[in-house]
Formats: sequence, C-alpha cells, structure tokens
Amino acid sequence: MITTAGLTKRFGPVVAVDGVDLAVSEGSRYGLLGPNGSGKTTLIRLLLGLIYATSGTIHIMGRPVPKRLGEILPAVGALVEGPAGYGHLSGPANLALFDAAGAGGPRRTRRTRIGTALTRVGLAGIDNRPVKSYSLGMRQRLGLAAALLRAPQLLVLDEPSNGLDPQGIREIRELLRELNAEGTTVLLSSHLLTEVEQLCTHVGVMDQGRLVLQAELGALFAPTGRVVVLTPDAETAVGLLDGQIEERHGDRLLVRHADAAELNARLVGQGLRVAEIMPERRSFEEVVLSVMAHGSDRVGP
Amino acid sequence: MIFVELRKLARRPRTWVSIALLCLLPALVAVFLAVNRIAPRPGSEPAFLFAVLANGALFPAAALAIVLPIFLPVAVAVVGGDAIAGEASGGTLRYLLLRPVSRTRLLVAKLISLTVYTGLAVLMVAVTSYVVGVSLFASQPAAVVTVSGTTLTTTELVLRIAAAMGYVGVSMLGVGAIALFLSTLTESALGATLGALAALIASQVLVTLDAAGSVRPYLPTRYWLAWIDLFRDPIPWRDIERGLALQAVYVAVFLAMAWANFTTKDVKS
Repeated sequence: MITTAGLTKRFGPVVAVDGVDLAVSEGSRYGLLGPNGSGKTTLIRLLLGLIYATSGTIHIMGRPVPKRLGEILPAVGALVEGPAGYGHLSGPANLALFDAAGAGGPRRTRRTRIGTALTRVGLAGIDNRPVKSYSLGMRQRLGLAAALLRAPQLLVLDEPSNGLDPQGIREIRELLRELNAEGTTVLLSSHLLTEVEQLCTHVGVMDQGRLVLQAELGALFAPTGRVVVLTPDAETAVGLLDGQIEERHGDRLLVRHADAAELNARLVGQGLRVAEIMPERRSFEEVVLSVMAHGSDRVGP
Repeated sequence: MIFVELRKLARRPRTWVSIALLCLLPALVAVFLAVNRIAPRPGSEPAFLFAVLANGALFPAAALAIVLPIFLPVAVAVVGGDAIAGEASGGTLRYLLLRPVSRTRLLVAKLISLTVYTGLAVLMVAVTSYVVGVSLFASQPAAVVTVSGTTLTTTELVLRIAAAMGYVGVSMLGVGAIALFLSTLTESALGATLGALAALIASQVLVTLDAAGSVRPYLPTRYWLAWIDLFRDPIPWRDIERGLALQAVYVAVFLAMAWANFTTKDVKS
C-alpha cells in the first residue's frame, strides 16, 4: 500500500526525516510510534504530498508521490496534526463544504454521506452549533468524520486519539478495527505505546528522524528462551536446576529453558510447589525503548 | 472549487460587514451634506461631490470617489491577504489540498472569489449611494452635466456609471493580486494584508512625487482616477486604456509569482 525508499527531508540544517524505508502492507493496521519531534508528522506530510522530499521516493498504491497524487488522494482519508474547520460554520456545514471541494461523489448523496460519517464517529445527533464552540474531543471526531467521508482505502491518521477521553479512545479504536476489517488499510501515528499495542498489527518506531524498527507486532513478542517460575520452594529449585538459573529475586526465578510445560512437569515431579510458571516475553515498552536513544525533547546526554 | 469558495465568501459574516461599512461611509457624507448644505468647491477631492447637492443622481460617482483611495483597497487587501494565509493558519489548507484540490485550482478559485467580492462591493456602494443620493438631494437624472459642461441623457449616465464601476473594480484587482501573492508567502493573514497596503501607500506617495516621474506610469495607483474621464465629453480613452492594461500586467505578474511560490511550497501549517 505504501512504500518509501531512502526518504529524507531536511529543513535547513535539521534532518527531520532521515533515510526512511517504510513498508505498509495492504490490509494492515500500521502504528508509527515515536516521541514528540521524532519526525512522525513530517513523514506523514511527505506521504500525503503536503511537503516535498529532499531525496528518496514514495509510492502509494503503486503510484509515485507527489507526481500522481491526484489519483491517489481520492482514495485516502487523512487527519494531519489535529482537525480543522471553519469556526463560524456548523460541523455538517463544514463537512458539506469539504465534500464539495473535491471528488467525493454526486451532490445528491452528499447528505447521506455526511450522515453516515457523522454516525460512524459518534456525532449522529449533532446540531447546528458553530464548530468554534465544540470541545476538543468533538473536533477530533469531526476530523475523523471528514477523513471517512468517501470510504477511503487508506486512512492516514496523525495522533487520532488526541483530546478524546478513555471512552472515546476505545470507541475510535473499535471503529478503526471495524473499518480495517472492511478492507481499509490504517496508518496511524502515536506517541502512546498502549494505543499502538492495542490496535496495530504492524509497528514502526521512529527516533530522531530514522525508522529504527519496523516489524509485525506479534514477532516482537517472541519468547526470550527463558521461563519465569514463581515457587515457595525456591531454594530446592535452585539446587535442582543448577546452572540453568539466570536470575533470582526471592521466590521468582528466571530459568533458561525452552519449554515451560516440560519444566513445570519436572519441578512438580520432584515434589516442588509451583505458584506460577510462564515463558518470559519482553514487554512492548522494553522492545521500543531498547531501540530508542532517549526522549528527543531532552537536551544533552 | 469555485462554487465552494463563493459559498465560503457568502457565508462569512466579514464579507457582509465590510460591504455594509463601505456603503455606510458615503451615506454618512451624504447626510452631512444634506443637513448642512455646504458643498465642496468644484474640482476638489473627492470628485463629483460638489455636484451632488444640485443633482443626487450623480452621487454614485461621488461615492466611488469617496471609497476608492483607502476603504475599498483596504477591504480588498483584507480578503486577498486572508485567501491562502487564513486557510493556512486555520489548518483548513492542508485538508483542502488532501481533498484533493490542486494548488493551481485553489489559487484560481481564490482569485475569482476575490474578484466577485470586489465587484459586489462596488455594486453595493453604487446602488446604496444612488438610493441615498436621490432621496436626500434634488434629483434630475435627465440633466446631469459632464465635467466638460455637456448634458447627459439618463441612458448615457447609467452606462457611464456602470463603466466607472467596472473600471474601479478592475483597479482593485492589482492590489488583490499583490495581497494574494503575499498570502502564499506567510501564514499570517494580517501580515499579507498589511504588506499589500504598504505597497499601495508607497505607490500613492510616489505618484505625487515629481522626482519619481520615470516610474510613475508603472505604479499600480497611477491611473486609479482615470474613470473620472468617463464623465468628460468626448471621453478621452488614453488613461483608461493604460490603466486597464497596467492592472492586467499587475494581476498577471503577481498571480504568476503566487502560483510559482504556492505550487512548490512545503505546507507546514
């Protein structure tokens, strides 16, 4: 769906995006993760042709960007750096103007399209208040509705959960899953690990303009080859598993062993009481932090 | 896209407030004249004002002369300066471009909407001032005397006032194009507006300066008052033609610059 090769963007001396090779496959939910200022938004703007690359190439749906943007964008819905609208107009009026501005479909079905989009994002009962009186969460929902107006094949969402309360975040997550199940590829950026972990199938981690990690989410959680054992008979276990114990914290043992079930059978067979046993997996946070240098708004080492 | 821009223009309160204010100023002048009956000396600025006490039908021409030097260009510069910069600072520019609206089409739509605004403003000023003129002053539409001393028929008067409105409208397009160009340079609508007004004031200062005589024919405000020639008999077309050509050149040059800048620019707003 999206591929970039050696994509680089400089703003004067600053390299905002540095040699990024992004690969978003069709039908995936791709989470672009990274601290503030790591280049996520710049990358998204590059993909959508709002800014032009210093070097490197971008292809979306097999077509080059920005050359053939005109063919690509009608199939794309986007939310970039927060929603925006004309403050003196109502939400539906904003959507109507937006719909009329580009290739959205025939005029007579406009009202239906707007109604469907508003319902999907949970703004079905909206009145004619001007947008400037909307709460941050309502604006965010309206921005999503605008992105959904023409049932896009690709959704590009920059920080979609900004300004939403926990309930709203969950609703939007469900909505994105639903759309994805209907065939929409989703690319979203976030600086929240949990948001990406809970929603995405693929993850790309950006740090200081570089894409430092790109993987299927499942592959990140491969077992580490160690087993965590919690037992009140830790002393006996240490004696029994001599040399295989890598760490011990009181009753909690880290054992180098390929198969937790087999280890469990052996311990129990020797009459040891096992309170808990499971293969060790790295947490998402550990994986992500291990590839990043440090928070990019931090100055100094 | 053009209809979208026109709808935006029509639904924006600022459009109507600014036009109402433009109409209000000549009306205010008319009220003072009607109450005090002190006519300006013939030949003094604004043009035609000396004649309206005798004939209210000429008040639209006087009203155009009142709003032309400052108020109309300010209104046009505000709308032009806001065209791209206002969308950029409001964040709606990126969503328009993603719709997608091609940058060239957006610029053209903005210019057309600006032209419609200018035309509407001139028309409203003329219509309201005609109503004010004939209701406050003695009116003899059939007996309007030209600057040259001949008499105009009603048809001739209507035609000439319409031509004057057209000329004044076209005169504003140069300012509009400058404001539109500056609007593509900055995210601050105010900055673009003030920039265009600064260019205008510079032009008006240089027009009066004899030492700047060599550049005078190329200044955007040089032929602004040429529409007064439409009320001479016979009409001397030379300055009017030059004024129209000059405005066309300003529009072409600044629109090309706006296009070159806007279509290659990183939209970071």
